[in-house]
Amino acid sequence: MRVQKSLLRLGMSLFLISGSLVSGFSQARVVEYKLANGLKLIVSEDHRAPVVVSQVWYRIGSSYEHNGITGVSHVLEHMMFKGTQKIPPGEFSRIISANGGRENAFTSSDYTAYFQRLEKSRLKVSFRLEADRMRNLRLQDKEFQKEVRVVMEERRLRTEDKPESMTYELFNAAAYAVNSYRTPVIGWMNDLQNMELADLKDWYQRWYAPNNSIVVVAGDVNAEEVYQLAKKYFGSLKPSENLRRPKPQIEPAQKGLRRIQVKMPAQLPYLLMGYPVPSLKTAKLEWEPYALEVLAGILDGGDSARLSTRLIRGKGMVSSAGAGYSLNTRMSTMFLLEAVPAQGYSIKQAEAALIKEITDLKQNRITQDELNRVKAQVVASNVFERDSIFYQAMQIGRYETVGLGWRRIDEYVPRIQAVTAEQVQQVARKYLKQDRLTVAELVPLPMNTKKGKAGKGGQHGHH
Amino acid sequence: MDIIKKILVGGLCLLSFNLQAAPKIHHWVSDHGAQVYYAHAPGLPIVDIEIVFNAGSARDGKKSGLASLTNHMLSMGAGGQDATRIAKRFEGVGAVFSNTAGRDMAVLKLRSLSQKQWLAPAIETLGLILRKPDFNKKDFERERKRYLLSLKREKQNPGSVAARAFYKAIYGNHPYANMTKGTTASVKALNQRDLKTFFKQYYVAKNATIAIVGDMDKATARKLVDQLMKGVSSGKAAPALPKVAALTRSRVIRINHPSTQSHILMGQPGNYRGDPDYFVLYLGNHALGGSGLVSRLSEEIREKRGLSYSVYSYFSPSARKGVFQIGMQTRNDQVEKGLKVLRKTVKEYVAKGMTKKEFEASRKNITGGFPLRIDSNKKILGYLAMIGFYNLPLTYLDDFNKKIEAITLEQVHETLRRRIVSEHFVTVIVGGA
Repeated sequence: MRVQKSLLRLGMSLFLISGSLVSGFSQARVVEYKLANGLKLIVSEDHRAPVVVSQVWYRIGSSYEHNGITGVSHVLEHMMFKGTQKIPPGEFSRIISANGGRENAFTSSDYTAYFQRLEKSRLKVSFRLEADRMRNLRLQDKEFQKEVRVVMEERRLRTEDKPESMTYELFNAAAYAVNSYRTPVIGWMNDLQNMELADLKDWYQRWYAPNNSIVVVAGDVNAEEVYQLAKKYFGSLKPSENLRRPKPQIEPAQKGLRRIQVKMPAQLPYLLMGYPVPSLKTAKLEWEPYALEVLAGILDGGDSARLSTRLIRGKGMVSSAGAGYSLNTRMSTMFLLEAVPAQGYSIKQAEAALIKEITDLKQNRITQDELNRVKAQVVASNVFERDSIFYQAMQIGRYETVGLGWRRIDEYVPRIQAVTAEQVQQVARKYLKQDRLTVAELVPLPMNTKKGKAGKGGQHGHH
Repeated sequence: MDIIKKILVGGLCLLSFNLQAAPKIHHWVSDHGAQVYYAHAPGLPIVDIEIVFNAGSARDGKKSGLASLTNHMLSMGAGGQDATRIAKRFEGVGAVFSNTAGRDMAVLKLRSLSQKQWLAPAIETLGLILRKPDFNKKDFERERKRYLLSLKREKQNPGSVAARAFYKAIYGNHPYANMTKGTTASVKALNQRDLKTFFKQYYVAKNATIAIVGDMDKATARKLVDQLMKGVSSGKAAPALPKVAALTRSRVIRINHPSTQSHILMGQPGNYRGDPDYFVLYLGNHALGGSGLVSRLSEEIREKRGLSYSVYSYFSPSARKGVFQIGMQTRNDQVEKGLKVLRKTVKEYVAKGMTKKEFEASRKNITGGFPLRIDSNKKILGYLAMIGFYNLPLTYLDDFNKKIEAITLEQVHETLRRRIVSEHFVTVIVGGA
């Protein structure tokens, strides 16, 4: 027990010092500006390397979509590279490339974002081009017809041919009966097949505007200079007059366990389970999301956490397992658990093993040793994350687009440190209830037979 | 069109910019013979350590999967402390330990806060793993089962099936032919003794490269290495690997898979670290399929025809010639069309070379983007480990842009024609008929 004791002590001292841990080092300075047209600019100065990352975030994503047009936010993201009134298709990327830049874009349930990474003197290239495509995109049917096929290929790559991704997609459709987190970010295949240019035009006109966007710049820049640059390029853009606040779409209370199967050609079974839980944005008690984060850490925060020590190595019942929760979502979310049974064990046994761990968390308090370890990891990883300016900008963009505001990023470490073992038990009891559980099971069909192929009917979501 | 012109004019000044100086790299040999590469990065209270042994799967011999499983087992028990105890020792001080084996390298990595009270326990644990891994029978049997399941899982992924067939066809009897995780049969045949023997031979100081980056001065880094390697035997450096033979004929391999897309891989042996053509090939590939949406393959396959979400080409330089690989995925009924466009594009590119415009654009992207290669401790660590392991000059980063700028368009043409032989490509197609 000697080692554990010394760890405990280390753990304690960690919290005492953590407040001053990064002082004296290049602590990022974050400044916020607002333009007259509603555009928000957030600059995070980090002078370690002569580079800059520029990200333009829009408060729009798949959770804003309704049935019939699912995937439209993501297809529009692809079309944003297809030219404006001034710039021909593909030229945006060529200009960024000629300036030594790297670029990409990403769409999620709550946001769509575009970014460039550049040598620091090139920021204006990014601003000029991003400002142009914020309001002046030229949506042409010829380009759309090709690009929507690219997106269908992307869907095949990411989802259709990946049994576990397919299970996740259908899990969401079962776990959320109403809330729009039920639809996949990439959209249902049938909606992609029936998408029209007009759908994109409506979407673009409504949501792509300075009053719905946040520009995040991180790197070796001067905040005031970036502000002047932003005014120059984004300042004259007209705001959107028909922005709509999304409806809350609160999920009706679940009245009992839901269970689905996904049958498709695969080699291994897979189990995915989830309980509805609040996010930081929707929680009535502010400490609860942080307690849920700690709970996820107790189960899956590294090789010393419970799923690894007890299930993968201890009992050897599962070959892999995980637990996941993310507190920065716009609406309430899911606490997820997953497992692949070890050779000789069934899905049923894997499920029982995971439920047993949940029951344990409800019945017994976690140990101080475990709690300290999770906290130590949080404190350290908060420092590690600063090695990436891209990640810093990502965090700011996420907190902004889900409606939390970037200032709350700094609350994360102290709030985690304040979580008690009792609180972890409380959230387990309150949220991880059997009657609120959804279970999805991937049932492998043979890979090499015609029958196996026919089994792909399961992917259309009949369950 | 006004905007474009202005931006391009701005772009022309690019080469005259005085870009970031590369980090100063210090090199020394530890007491027992490990090659150490160190760079000071005092900006954040972090220390990163990467230890690379010349013990990748190219050393497997007939026991495919041996290098990978040996590396994997290191943290599963050492000095009588089990996997959980080891994980607790790292994670209790917030340190992140990871390990992995590729074809050339067997890697152990540690990221820790730099203050002594957090760093010291993590270093002590890392030292334990380096000196005294247990390779317990029970742990070995369990982890081997997990490997077998993971090998089984790979078979449901058309991309993994394609990669396996691709390497086998390109490398034949060369050690690079095998996938690092081995095969079901080869992993089943392994035993603990194999792992112990492998560890004893290859996890030795003279076969090690150590990279350190972070908030730690040089004298402390020296002490740290001495402490880490204390008790690790000197041993011998691994011998050179055999050379890779050129392909002599084209081959097309089709594998049925119940997927909606077919994965296409095409290629040949590429280049090696320290290859005199390295920079020319890097530049030469950039406009073909190495620059995302602006590359020629992307233009032909994705932008013009909407055939694939991802299409690329790359060189994967290794101790010996790694693969030159071209890849895409497309709906099953579009395979022939995709193949035709891929082949035509590559053939034309090699025969006629890059255009002058492509040449200029690629040069600008590579040199102008140089600061992005070294903008974090993590990336610098990766470069140090690579420079050390492949015995590249310490000035590799300082010289990077100069090397690119010295290349002529003629040189690119000549080199592509000499090094890429598309008539002898291996082509693998995995998907539904």
